[in-house]
Amino acid sequence: MRRFFLVVLMVSAALMFAAEVTEVRIGAGWEMTGPIAGFGQMSWDGVKLAMKLRPTVNIGGKDVPVKVILLDNKGDKAEAANVARRLIDMEKVVAILGPCTSSCALAAGAIAEQKQVPLVTNTATNPLVTQNRRFIFRACFVDTLQGELLAKFAWEEFKSRKVAIFVDVAQDYVVGLANYFKRAFAKFGGKFFEVYYNTGDQDFSAQLTYALAQNPDTIFLPGYYAEIALICKQARELGFTGNFLAGDGADAPELIQIGGKFVEGLCYTTYFHQDADLSPKTKPFVEAYVKEYNRRPDAFGALAFDAYNLVLDAIERAQSLDPVAIRDALAATKDFAGVAGMISFPPDSGDPVKPAVIIEIKGGKPELKTVVRP
Amino acid sequence: MSKRLSVKTKTILTILFVILMALLITVADKKASDYVVLILNLIAINIIFAVSLNLINGMTGIFSLGHAGFIAIGAYTSVLLTLPIEQKEITYLIKPLISPFNRIELPFLPAILIAGLVSAGFGYLVAAPSLRLIGDYLAIATLGLGETIRVIANNAWSITNGALGLKGIPSYTNLYWSWGWALITVVAIASLVSSSYGRALKAIREDPIAAKAMGINVFSHQVMSFVIGSFFAGVGGALWAHLITTIDPKSFAFVRTFEILIMVVLGGLGSITGSIIGAAIYTVGLEFLRVLESPFKIWFINYPGVPGMRMVVLSVLLIVLMLFWQRGIMGRNELSWDSIVSIFAKLKRGGKR
Amino acid sequence: MRLSDFVQHLINAFSLGGIYALIAIGYTMVYGILRLINFAHGDIFTYGIYFAFYGVTLFMFPWWLSFITAIFFTAFLGALIERIAYRPLRNAPRISALITAIGVSFFLQNFATVVFGGRAKSFNPQTGMYPVYFLKILKLGDVRIRLVTLITLSIVAVSLLVLVWIVYKSKVGMAMRAISKDIPTTRLMGVNADRIISYTFMIGSSLAAIGGILWAMTYPQVYPYTGMVPGLKAFISAVVGGIGSIPGAMLGGFILGVSEIMIVALFPSIAGYRDAIAYVILIFVLLVRPTGILGVEVSEKV
Repeated sequence: MRRFFLVVLMVSAALMFAAEVTEVRIGAGWEMTGPIAGFGQMSWDGVKLAMKLRPTVNIGGKDVPVKVILLDNKGDKAEAANVARRLIDMEKVVAILGPCTSSCALAAGAIAEQKQVPLVTNTATNPLVTQNRRFIFRACFVDTLQGELLAKFAWEEFKSRKVAIFVDVAQDYVVGLANYFKRAFAKFGGKFFEVYYNTGDQDFSAQLTYALAQNPDTIFLPGYYAEIALICKQARELGFTGNFLAGDGADAPELIQIGGKFVEGLCYTTYFHQDADLSPKTKPFVEAYVKEYNRRPDAFGALAFDAYNLVLDAIERAQSLDPVAIRDALAATKDFAGVAGMISFPPDSGDPVKPAVIIEIKGGKPELKTVVRP
Repeated sequence: MSKRLSVKTKTILTILFVILMALLITVADKKASDYVVLILNLIAINIIFAVSLNLINGMTGIFSLGHAGFIAIGAYTSVLLTLPIEQKEITYLIKPLISPFNRIELPFLPAILIAGLVSAGFGYLVAAPSLRLIGDYLAIATLGLGETIRVIANNAWSITNGALGLKGIPSYTNLYWSWGWALITVVAIASLVSSSYGRALKAIREDPIAAKAMGINVFSHQVMSFVIGSFFAGVGGALWAHLITTIDPKSFAFVRTFEILIMVVLGGLGSITGSIIGAAIYTVGLEFLRVLESPFKIWFINYPGVPGMRMVVLSVLLIVLMLFWQRGIMGRNELSWDSIVSIFAKLKRGGKR
Repeated sequence: MRLSDFVQHLINAFSLGGIYALIAIGYTMVYGILRLINFAHGDIFTYGIYFAFYGVTLFMFPWWLSFITAIFFTAFLGALIERIAYRPLRNAPRISALITAIGVSFFLQNFATVVFGGRAKSFNPQTGMYPVYFLKILKLGDVRIRLVTLITLSIVAVSLLVLVWIVYKSKVGMAMRAISKDIPTTRLMGVNADRIISYTFMIGSSLAAIGGILWAMTYPQVYPYTGMVPGLKAFISAVVGGIGSIPGAMLGGFILGVSEIMIVALFPSIAGYRDAIAYVILIFVLLVRPTGILGVEVSEKV
């Protein structure tokens, strides 16, 4: 009897609440311009498709339209923090999607945590992004795992014994991933050395000539696609014949457009590939994406698609537009079928355990090599 | 010109004005949303930047393009002093922070003052050699210096944490800090400019050679002006860092100098009140222009949000401003109580001269 | 360091220095005549690459035609910028002209972001941009020379000869030299100063476009900020060599290219400071010889 009474009370409260709700406002802060605009634009395409397929969210038995407010953080840390502030204070959003890169996600996450609004990044993989933060979640795997996978791949598949690591010192993600790779690769007994550059550099001939003089058999590139493409080209022109290995930062069409034949044979880890059977949702998503955009879906868009649906599911389970309630519902996510794999958040953590996909560039196309399940 | 106000009236008016501002800030601090507070803070900090650059460029005629470098020095110095020790331990991934910074945790006020002084010290070191150059060469050299400071910040891992920047900075800056310092900056530089020292600066601006002939020590005046400007740039940098709470070398690229230059030119080179107005208009305007990057409807036209549109409009505005309205809002005039009274008097007389 | 490595670095350095030199000439010519630092020059360089890119991808021109039209269009763009933004300010204070130039530079960058998109475009022979033949690499023992490097160096040499001929042997060049001394008097001699200044901008901009296309052949991408760093370095080259002097711009470009590559090669640990090397050289040269290495002393009028 009492339980029945409670249910009635909750439903009526929800109904009363729903009467006031006219739209659900979700914020998005991505790298739409600047050196890594590709990531932000691919993510936004994923969200636009998700909005088309699921334009409303059900609260209290009523379908409420969802509005996503997109702001550009230019790939700049300080601007990412500003964007988060503006979304929360001005646009009054109940949750935030993005940014893509760890540096920006760290800056935006600090603000979201302070103002107690949940933030779901699609592809920021650095462990620090969610560490000691209750309101920050991610839809992707973590770099500790990615570093180990890459080291294992280099040691076993490439039979690498000496690796040159090109580190973009302006990015938390790159510095972190390079460190995890080194730790894991040293355990295997491999040798490595590091060379440094900055986001936006175009000429790597000096670093390459120095690196190639030490005869590495593999060049590991934990950076972003624009520089990776140029480094591969210049390395091959200087006579490097070994392997290229990269992390998820390589995953953009520009890599192949700019790198051309020089990135042939490059292998990299990422979160998603259309031929990888990651979840029952993968196939329908690929079909919908191809229909909408006339091109193959990419990992960034797939994970942004997942992040959007994660937030909408949490809102439906919370039956509330209170950011804290949404955060609690997000943290309780179990077996959410994302297009890039199942997502469950372990207790007190925003890091799902997810499969990784390894891709090889073959004939100018990113082809699936293997799927690694933890 | 109508009748002049007595000194007493002006003082009373000024005190009343400051009290009114203080009241407004208190109200804003209590009532306004965080976002409005952020904008108000940015206005105050931009006033500090614009007025200090105007002292160097507008009053003294040293065409400096290195302001961002001094802002960076102030920002980094203050953050190294205030960042909690445990935060420092987890931040410095590549190389540990050098002693003594790794054991220091100071309150905000000494950190700001030290930041200003360090920045002024660098200003002094830089000014002495580069002021030997004239005109464009000076502009180029200061631009180079500003960029050099940024590149050093990008690479000195054991001091600045390099390109990764610093995070988790305590957010000490509030409206009282920022507007308090803005008031100090304006009062200090305004009284400097209206003194005999300031008149000497203006003489140097008009004609350095004639000023020299009149017995003004051109070099030491210029160095002084540069050092004072650098001091306030450092203070502003410290306030900015503790407002945004994340800094990295990219925040202090040449674009920042350029933004401040726009504020100064918009207000009028050589006018302090102009710089204040310019900073306020620019800061608020930049936020309003964000509208251009999100979709909206005008009548029947669907305007899709275009990322980057804001800066296009801004740069066109600047070019138009320079072509048709070089003197900016105030030219070289100051808004004083006298001029306000005379404007009112004109209005009363129905605009007849 | 092995000898072959050293030679390899030297070749890399010359290929970079040659492009800096090409861009630096434009800075130097404009400065010599107008005493204006054309901050937008680096972005004119970017637009040269964009024009070449769209010539092939959008208008389906053959590559050589596309490159030639790109050079012409860029020349026209340079003259247009001068006409709209710089000419009205010819008698204004220098600071106004400089701020306007910075404004034009920002405009060009952000306009490219909005119109061409912020994502990098590929400038790659595999996408049919230009024949794959240009990617050829010549091997001399362990040293590898890109064909593009040789083309760059020969174009730099030819440009220098043509320019020297224009400036010192032709009527236009004489007018240019006269204008750089004194515009009003030159006008009195019956020279159309405005037209000559337009020519100057055209020559400088077309060289920037050539430099841009060569740059894109070496680093096969173009995005709105491509020209920023090379532009700034070329500008420093011009100042180091002596702004206003064409041979000086060449010299400065090579000094900068060589020191940048060589210092990183000899001390790999300071690779991060690479961009600062240019500024350190700049400040050092300005303090020792404010007019640059080959610059001419300009005395202040009293």
